Amino acid sequence: MLDTEKTIAQISCPAPLPARDTVLLGHGSGGKLSADLVRDVFLPAFRNPALSRLDDQAVVDINGSRIAVTTDSFVVKPLFFPGGDIGSLAVHGTVNDLAMGGAQPLFLTAAFIIEEGLPMEVLCRVVSSLQQAADASGVQVVTGDTKVVEKGSADGVFINTTGIGLIPEGVEMSPSQARPGDRILLSGPIGEHGIAILAQREGLEFESRVESDSAALHTLVGEMLKVTRAIRCMRDPTRGGLSSALNEIAGQSRVGIELEERAILVREEVKGACEMLGLDPLYVANEGKLIAIVEASVAEEVLGAMQNHPHGRQAKMIGTVTEKNVGLVTMRTPLGTTRVVDMLAGDQLPRIC
Amino acid sequence: MISAIRFFTQFLSSAATISLQLGKSAMKYIDEYRDERIAKALAREIAECITRPWVLMEICGGQTHTIMRYGLDELLPSQIELVHGPGCPVCVTPLETIDKAIALALRPDVTLVSYGDMLRVPGSNSDLFRAKAQGADVRLAYSPLEAVKIARANPDRKIVFLAIGFETTAPANAMTAWQAKREGLTNFSMLVSHVLVPPAIRALLASRENRVQGFIAPGHVCTVMGYQEYESLVREFAVPIVVGGFEPVDILEAVLMLVKQLECGKAQVENQYVRSVTYPGNQPAQEIMKKVFEIADQKWRGIGVIPRSGLRLRAEYATYDANKNFDLELISADEPAECISAQVLQGLRKPTDCPAFAIRCTPENPLGAPMVSAEGACAAYYHYRRHAVAS
Repeated sequence: MLDTEKTIAQISCPAPLPARDTVLLGHGSGGKLSADLVRDVFLPAFRNPALSRLDDQAVVDINGSRIAVTTDSFVVKPLFFPGGDIGSLAVHGTVNDLAMGGAQPLFLTAAFIIEEGLPMEVLCRVVSSLQQAADASGVQVVTGDTKVVEKGSADGVFINTTGIGLIPEGVEMSPSQARPGDRILLSGPIGEHGIAILAQREGLEFESRVESDSAALHTLVGEMLKVTRAIRCMRDPTRGGLSSALNEIAGQSRVGIELEERAILVREEVKGACEMLGLDPLYVANEGKLIAIVEASVAEEVLGAMQNHPHGRQAKMIGTVTEKNVGLVTMRTPLGTTRVVDMLAGDQLPRIC
Repeated sequence: MISAIRFFTQFLSSAATISLQLGKSAMKYIDEYRDERIAKALAREIAECITRPWVLMEICGGQTHTIMRYGLDELLPSQIELVHGPGCPVCVTPLETIDKAIALALRPDVTLVSYGDMLRVPGSNSDLFRAKAQGADVRLAYSPLEAVKIARANPDRKIVFLAIGFETTAPANAMTAWQAKREGLTNFSMLVSHVLVPPAIRALLASRENRVQGFIAPGHVCTVMGYQEYESLVREFAVPIVVGGFEPVDILEAVLMLVKQLECGKAQVENQYVRSVTYPGNQPAQEIMKKVFEIADQKWRGIGVIPRSGLRLRAEYATYDANKNFDLELISADEPAECISAQVLQGLRKPTDCPAFAIRCTPENPLGAPMVSAEGACAAYYHYRRHAVAS
């Protein structure tokens, strides 16, 4: 029998673990641990005005021109997945980071860290895909670097790309600019990239294949900016998914964000895979979607422009920026109740059962 | 806990590929159970038939998460108090099992295979994620049979599967031992920590502090075990038990069935989750469990030892017992007095009653397992309900 008095006195809970002394995989998840790492390790070391904005891209002024710079490393496994590969992803990811600042992407650098033993044919396919994606996006790869490391020191090939772009006059976007009353627009259904990768990695097969949404979004952004240059902010919800991107905006702008669950589209196959694996699509990565925060008066018009673009056909208005619940993202469930959409500490883990 | 489809896939996944039929038709059994009109109609019906306060407990952590995620407590009349039960397999796995798993994982000759959400659960000094960062070979598995596959492919390494959970994971875990024996694997072991639901309900009801007047039994456990086991509890303690599913409409319907019984003084076992649960349960699943495991006393983290509430490997499978195959030193734990998970797991207190909740205890720095696991009650409150707490 249960002796409650005794068991309460002997509560079986662990002591809190000591301060983080090791880098964990979760530090790279795009969630809270990643944010901690940036705040505690990188920001104090490099602090400067451009970095401190913590945007997807830095904006620097050179002789009156506003230049956007961004860098991203790609370590995706498997290298080839339905809907894309590490080569095209390395272009789309960096182009999108520039585009989220409203910049016109112009140049890329590409650095390859290659594991000894990688078949040359694989490398050539990756390089060819990277080149095609760059051509399609209208950016040139203007410099690069190659390192080969011993077998086991990398996983096939890692790619870093740095992107440079030009920000047109009058465009001033930042995640700290969301204001109460603004509307939140999302360019399409979420979770496809993360599920495509997971399905490929784990050998899961679905009735209809889930493909990554990997795509360059700068032309979509261009169409949106034609409607108004006064878009407050844009984000591409990659690692950590929609939830992390919106939580960051809520935090940086010191506002609340209220979402309408019904308006957030998730394809049936993605929903099914998430149900089965115990994952929440709000935390699953996207590589071809964007969130835009726009003033209410122009929201419909911007939404219309998105829906007229191939990458925004299924764009929806998914929520509003609020004065209350500062720093929190909340969501109206289909039952009319409200819940918090939290930022995850680390990676989402498949549930035991 | 475990959905029927996943239960099947665990059995079918001995091949390299899990093939799923997840087209539009598969979601048919989900969307209508999240329907606003049906949910609100059920909530209204509950409000119409309730005349006084009742304390109800949902056993399973998956049900707790549905309640929090959909804000079902907001829809229910204030007379209903929902308290959350011990049905989170990660939360009740004893500290020493996690310490043993970490110690095993850190051995250079061992590959430890575990379900994903065990990796972040803190042991005494570390967790499996940290062990992995220190070089331990820790693999995350969707199906326990993957552990057998790893053992087959790596004859020079010792493969240990961390076999935890309720009756939901027990058949697949049993299948894993059975398969290893059939293949004659000599480099495979299981660190078993299995718990059973009915003895836990019995222990809760027998406690002097018990406040629970009706239970929602865990639908996935009952998918495997059926619900005949609950008849004796209902008779002995005169408490209604309704087997419930995991979607909002399931939970609300189960609450309605409990309230109807309570209001007219009945105490019966009823089945709300008819689309998945039958009275006798899944016979082949029960048979493989019986073949491989036997009932034993079991320690529950936060609660203590409950007689005959767990499973251990039978003598015929002793060669697969990691406790016997490795010299596992027992480490006792330093526990923070602040954590109230014992009371939370027994439904005596709510996560928000804890002074450390969301302040000194968060998913990044958990004081106790219920804040870590995807099914833990504290994590459910933290993830979904902080706005309510703040206001």
